[in-house]
Amino acid sequence: MSQTEQIEGVHRRSFLIAGVGGAAFATVQLTPGVALADKAAVAAAMKKAIGDKKPVAGKVSIDAPEIAENGNTVPIGIEVESKMAGGDAVKAVHVYAEGNPNPEVASFWFTPGSGAAKASFRMRMAKTQNIIVLAEMADGKVYMGKRLVKVTIGGCGG
Amino acid sequence: MAQPRVRVPKKIKKGEVVTIKTLIGHKMETGLRRNKKTGKKIPRKIINSFEAKIDGKTVFKAVLHPAVSANPFISFTISPDKSGTIEFIWTEDGGKTFTKTAKFEVA
Repeated sequence: MSQTEQIEGVHRRSFLIAGVGGAAFATVQLTPGVALADKAAVAAAMKKAIGDKKPVAGKVSIDAPEIAENGNTVPIGIEVESKMAGGDAVKAVHVYAEGNPNPEVASFWFTPGSGAAKASFRMRMAKTQNIIVLAEMADGKVYMGKRLVKVTIGGCGG
Repeated sequence: MAQPRVRVPKKIKKGEVVTIKTLIGHKMETGLRRNKKTGKKIPRKIINSFEAKIDGKTVFKAVLHPAVSANPFISFTISPDKSGTIEFIWTEDGGKTFTKTAKFEVA
């Protein structure tokens, strides 16, 4: 294993603070010392997707573990309550991570052939944070769901 | 590297909503990691989009960002009204694509 694995508590932490991400985290994708997103970044990312529309809570359910053991791969399931017809059809769903280096995670587009507005995938989470999902309906309304996911071993190994 | 795998039910009842599962092997390099020895940033290279088409018509699309885990797993639903072929296309940064097809019967 790498050198840093053998270094006890405090020393390893000072490596983290120094922002030397490479050594201990070569095997994981999210490194410390990388600025994480703030509320403004999340708002800007959402504006890119839905413009000035104001999301309303509802219709969106997010299936995620309460505690994610491995921040490198957290299973997320999204479902939007919808008749999938007329104005109630779901056009697109956008997923954001409030505490990741970049808040954008993924977007999904549905069609009448989808049958349901459901999608599942796996994501990286740097730390405990809210996952926010916006659902754009055919009639222009935007619904929102939010879910807190606790991360024990962040995509940063500690 | 890639070798995509998909799970598509062979027989679907008309009106049924079925789940399609897809998986593709890919590092999904975020662009945030640094080379241990040189300290240089390892450039980003991810699968940035995914599309499913039934008989040439798009039925589901996804755009992925570096937050999507390595070996992207994507599952979604379809509810076809007649038998056909479903084509899956994964697109990597730079434009390279990976595809897979599967046939299904609707009765």
